[in-house]
Amino acid sequence: MPDTLVALYVFVLACFIGYWVIWGVTPSLHTPLVALTNAISGIVIVGALLVTGLESAGGAAEVIGFFAVLLASINVFGGFLVTNRMLAMFRKKNK
Amino acid sequence: MQISANLQAVAYLVSAILFILSLKGLTHPASARRGNFLGIAGMAIAVVATLLGSEVQSYGFIVAGVVVGGLIGAVLAMRVQMTAMPQLVAALHSFVGLAAVLVAIGTFLNKRDAGLLDAVLMGELSAGAIIGAITFTGSVIAFGKLQGLISGKPVKFPMQHQLNAVIALVTIALGVHFASTGSLASLALMTLLALVLGVTLIIPIGGADMPVIISMLNSYSGWAAAATGFTLHNNLLIIVGALVGFSGAILSYIMCKAMNRSIINVVFGGFGSESAAGASAGATAMEKGVKSASVEDAVYWMEDANRVIIVPGYGMAVAQAQHALKELMELLEARGVEVRFGVHPVAGRMPGHMNVLLAEADIPYDHVLEMDEINPDFASTDVTLVVGANDVVNPAAKEDASSPIYGMPILEAGRSRQVYFLKRSMNPGYSGVDNLLFYQDNTSLIFGDAKDTIEGMVTALKGGGH
Repeated sequence: MPDTLVALYVFVLACFIGYWVIWGVTPSLHTPLVALTNAISGIVIVGALLVTGLESAGGAAEVIGFFAVLLASINVFGGFLVTNRMLAMFRKKNK
Repeated sequence: MQISANLQAVAYLVSAILFILSLKGLTHPASARRGNFLGIAGMAIAVVATLLGSEVQSYGFIVAGVVVGGLIGAVLAMRVQMTAMPQLVAALHSFVGLAAVLVAIGTFLNKRDAGLLDAVLMGELSAGAIIGAITFTGSVIAFGKLQGLISGKPVKFPMQHQLNAVIALVTIALGVHFASTGSLASLALMTLLALVLGVTLIIPIGGADMPVIISMLNSYSGWAAAATGFTLHNNLLIIVGALVGFSGAILSYIMCKAMNRSIINVVFGGFGSESAAGASAGATAMEKGVKSASVEDAVYWMEDANRVIIVPGYGMAVAQAQHALKELMELLEARGVEVRFGVHPVAGRMPGHMNVLLAEADIPYDHVLEMDEINPDFASTDVTLVVGANDVVNPAAKEDASSPIYGMPILEAGRSRQVYFLKRSMNPGYSGVDNLLFYQDNTSLIFGDAKDTIEGMVTALKGGGH
């Protein structure tokens, strides 16, 4: 099976997992869900690392990669931290 | 230290599982923080496994990017006000989009230099660049609308959809040309047009549809990550992209359903622009006029009530009234009144916006109920306090078939014995539709800033006593 087809298999099956998991999320946590998926989509940092860190990467690719790493890092750090900040506020009973 | 490609693949699998469990954690507030930590662990494993792999050889630019980006992200996350959460989210979406574009271009340059370009790869690259570019500029426009930098009103002009269709077709044609020739000019022009498309797709959507826009762009940012995964043959990116893409898509669906509108209707936009001419059932009600009440009236009814329901809307966020509401809740509870909050799915500017603001004010989440949970209870409720909400309690959605919001599920506030509306003015809600609830016999309006009004109630309750 060619690589692209394997990738398609993975993609479609992951879509099903996404479908089932997300329907289980409670509506009161929809804002943290958006923030968390934001952080998680910072996974493009992996692509950015591969572009930037390649030994044969030219100057232009390195600079482009640097900005991609920077932007994805904002997402990763900002997303997880703000999600944590929000979730810490959800309490059941007052002290 | 360096790890083999197989070990790296296993690490990516672990990371993917952690991300799935992370989202699963949001099923309940009690498990949500653990979920967030699982996500952090997944991200850490993915990044470390990538850095230790054979492909990454130089670290200078990477360390610089992570340090600077991490600092900016941390400062943003710590400083942002909860009311500004939609703006932050829009900004973060734009960063993912732009990062995906940059990764696509960078990958193209690297593969071209190594002589590894082929049509399939370049086709995948095009997809990543196009989706990323639309996400980027679309989110920038959404940010501008939320921040008030550009008008929240839908921007419409003749032949708009035809123009969008033409831009989209030319963009795709350029992508096909790029895939078959590897021309850098086609790649650049294609990306440029996709950036334009992001703008033209979002400007016709009105401010009231922000929860849908935010969800849609959330979805796009996921698809952008998935497309990047296809380009790099990286299964982790594909899985995560699909998870995020579906998350946003489901949220968009939930938001549309809560407004009784189709996604097509929202995307092609213009809601709130047409002046509501259909004043049939409304006309008679309007002639009756509205009653206005004082803070003392409302307090008088509330302190002797058994049940009070508070319906918050975007106006509560604007007035920052959530903390005052918490105090009001406590004072009423001390008098034995049951106080709960009813939240409509599209209240606020993003999904779940009200819940976060109420949580910020330390209001326990088991006091905050969803529309379907609380609707049966309005009939047995003494006082409903509507704070900065409007369309989501408008009975026109049920009674007036000519109303633009007809069919939208609403919080049935009108069924409680007394309704108090906290309003700044008689302006209609974002849909531009007059609210029939104003003219109901059991409804009174209290004019003024929501926060001031509630603080007035708090003072009256403290001073009055029994």
